[in-house]
Amino acid sequence: MLNILGDFIGELRAAGIPVSMSEHVDAARAVEVIDLGDRSLLRATLGATLVKDGDHLPVFNTAFDVYFSIRSRESAEALLGDELDGRERDGDGAAGATGPGQSRGEGGGSTSMSAQELADLLFRALRDGDPDAMRFGAAEAVSRYAGMEPGRPVGGTYYLYRTLRNLELEALEQRLLAGTLGDHPDHLGERLAHDEVTSRIERLKSEIEREIRERLVEDRGSEALAKSVRRPLPEDLDVMHANREEMAQLERALRPLSRKLAVRLARKRRRRRRGPVDLRHTVRRSLSTGGVPLDLRFKPPRPAKPEIFVIADVSGSVASFARFTLHLVHAISSQFSKVRSFVFVDGLDEVTRLFEGVEDPAHAVARINAEADVIAFDGHSDYGRALVTFHHRFAKDLTKRSTVLILGDARNNYHQAHAEVLADLHYRAKAVYWLNPEPTSYWNSGDSIVAQYAPYCDRVIECRTLRQLEAFVGELA
Amino acid sequence: MSALDPREELAQRLGLASVPPVRFESPDEVKKLLAENDYLSDEAIASVIYLADRLAKPVLVEGPAGTGKTALAKAVADSIGARLIRLQCYEGLDESKALYEWNYRKQLLRIQAGRPEGAGSEEWHHLEEDIFAEEFMLTRPLLEAISASDPVVLLIDEVDRVELETEALMLEILSEYQVSIPELGTIRAKQIPMVFLTSNNTRELSEALKRRCLYLYVGYPSVERERDIILSRVPGISSALAEQIAQVVRSLRSIDLKKAPSVSETLDWARTLVVLGRSEIGDEDAAATLHILLKYQSDIERATKELLGRSRPVA
Repeated sequence: MLNILGDFIGELRAAGIPVSMSEHVDAARAVEVIDLGDRSLLRATLGATLVKDGDHLPVFNTAFDVYFSIRSRESAEALLGDELDGRERDGDGAAGATGPGQSRGEGGGSTSMSAQELADLLFRALRDGDPDAMRFGAAEAVSRYAGMEPGRPVGGTYYLYRTLRNLELEALEQRLLAGTLGDHPDHLGERLAHDEVTSRIERLKSEIEREIRERLVEDRGSEALAKSVRRPLPEDLDVMHANREEMAQLERALRPLSRKLAVRLARKRRRRRRGPVDLRHTVRRSLSTGGVPLDLRFKPPRPAKPEIFVIADVSGSVASFARFTLHLVHAISSQFSKVRSFVFVDGLDEVTRLFEGVEDPAHAVARINAEADVIAFDGHSDYGRALVTFHHRFAKDLTKRSTVLILGDARNNYHQAHAEVLADLHYRAKAVYWLNPEPTSYWNSGDSIVAQYAPYCDRVIECRTLRQLEAFVGELA
Repeated sequence: MSALDPREELAQRLGLASVPPVRFESPDEVKKLLAENDYLSDEAIASVIYLADRLAKPVLVEGPAGTGKTALAKAVADSIGARLIRLQCYEGLDESKALYEWNYRKQLLRIQAGRPEGAGSEEWHHLEEDIFAEEFMLTRPLLEAISASDPVVLLIDEVDRVELETEALMLEILSEYQVSIPELGTIRAKQIPMVFLTSNNTRELSEALKRRCLYLYVGYPSVERERDIILSRVPGISSALAEQIAQVVRSLRSIDLKKAPSVSETLDWARTLVVLGRSEIGDEDAAATLHILLKYQSDIERATKELLGRSRPVA
């Protein structure tokens, strides 16, 4: 057990969850006092001792499924009852014995059921919300459709996709809905029925995913599989290359992140060193000590809040990065005396007004695409032209208190750079920072011309993840 | 070498005469006892409470507002028949409010009362020792929990509201169950109290604090569990209505709202519907009572539109 635990913790650390030595010891002690046969208890135990952040739980759960999956058929018989978070403990009899399909790890096809029978089985399972039937159906579906090939170093996403595509879940969903819709005359009932069906289908999907993962563990062993299914924590995801699901994760992570940042900065500001001695107040206080100023009073600190000008490239490749940054900067806008936002592709437009009076910056960010006038010609980023436009229209507003943030990958599509314009902006403003969402090693390759702008920036910063972004924005305030 | 049981080890360190008996035999027993006190737990909650008792470690409970974090501590206290000592955290909380304070008025009285004519320096020395005794101390929640001789559950509520420096005050208690007072020495716990910390996650807690605690994330309950919670907490509700309420709340939580409805708001809504004498929720009822679940006008408008306003095209 201790060896497995050590490996498991190694995997958690590799996935980015910080596990300290003393937490390792705690976990080792905790597993001594629990019943190891109870898988959900083990999960809760390790979760409570090793993971100290709610956002890390999904990563932990994936790793747990891989490391403490059912390793062999024999123990599978005994353990299957605990699989579904131990919720369906009474189910090991029927489903446990027949659950894993006969053609484990082989190409699909050779199952006893026809496609129609399987579809009917799943339909009934979903309609009745029967977990045992669902587990059985998931196993059948995987045997039939996934086409798993032993020894291939994959994480199972492709198998999942293949199974789901063949199952035609949309048709299944329609069928389930058709069965319930009749009874609901009003909108609410309809919506509830819809959400219920969606949640059941989600459950089936996760069941299939679990089944695939289990078979993969059996095929290749925990350690190898863990490497392929390892997913980075939301704050470490590469913003530019996030897929749709990861993007949703990022969106979710962004809101608490910006809230925490705002709280932290507000506290920092309040607790900063005190200002100069407040003479009037001190003299007034000294009256109670006979005119001796024992108790010095200070003026509250008034550190100058910076003015921020954000100039963001919102062309396809870096749009999401720009959105996140605008969101974050506006979420902490109380830390700045003024925030003005500009977006560009090959034309440039001010979008500050979109953020005015809006409580949630996310809504304003969502409107940028529809309402900002950013395309002047062909819709390919043109940094030179955007900078010239900015300089022409807004440079007069820059003062020695303004900080300019430029967001983009500096891929100029071989247009003219107009770096001299940036030089003038740098001269007018307090500071110019360039945030580049590309890894440093890609800079200046192809049409990226970071090097031409860099001399006129105070810093050019690689900013690929939310963590890096948060650190930078926090520094700014 | 066989490792010592964590409870035995702690008892030895605290100098207790005997190892206090385990409060719960198994996670299932935790679940049962909590259910008797009207708190419906789930597997994870029951397991962590069981572990907290077995390992004698504090529990850090985190999760969205209104999911029953504080209620959990209360229910645990009730179920083991212990006194709940609560420390509500806020910004600016300091040692004198959380730990202890010298009762200087009483000290002053003692000095004035006990001053004989022409007392010497020896007298003063005696007095000095006297006025820094426990008698002249005002105990605050943390110290009270440590020095109590009856069974107690200590709840440090919303620990994320205090500053990082104040957090450090609690570390000694959380790991050693003792408090060091410069004038008095170290006060050790007379028993092993159960300790809960709750946090709404408005800021990162320090690593040091997290390391000393078991971590429990309490999220929104599943439809089934929420239905059961409604059934156990709202008298006279039918199970069909409870189910429907739970479903509506799940749908609301799936919409992107500023503040998703909490469990306590769900219960308020359920009570309202019972008072109104409804047996099921129609569009009208929902529209009329949505403000109980949602606290922002923009949220209410959005939810009305999504859930009731227009019929959803199928798929």
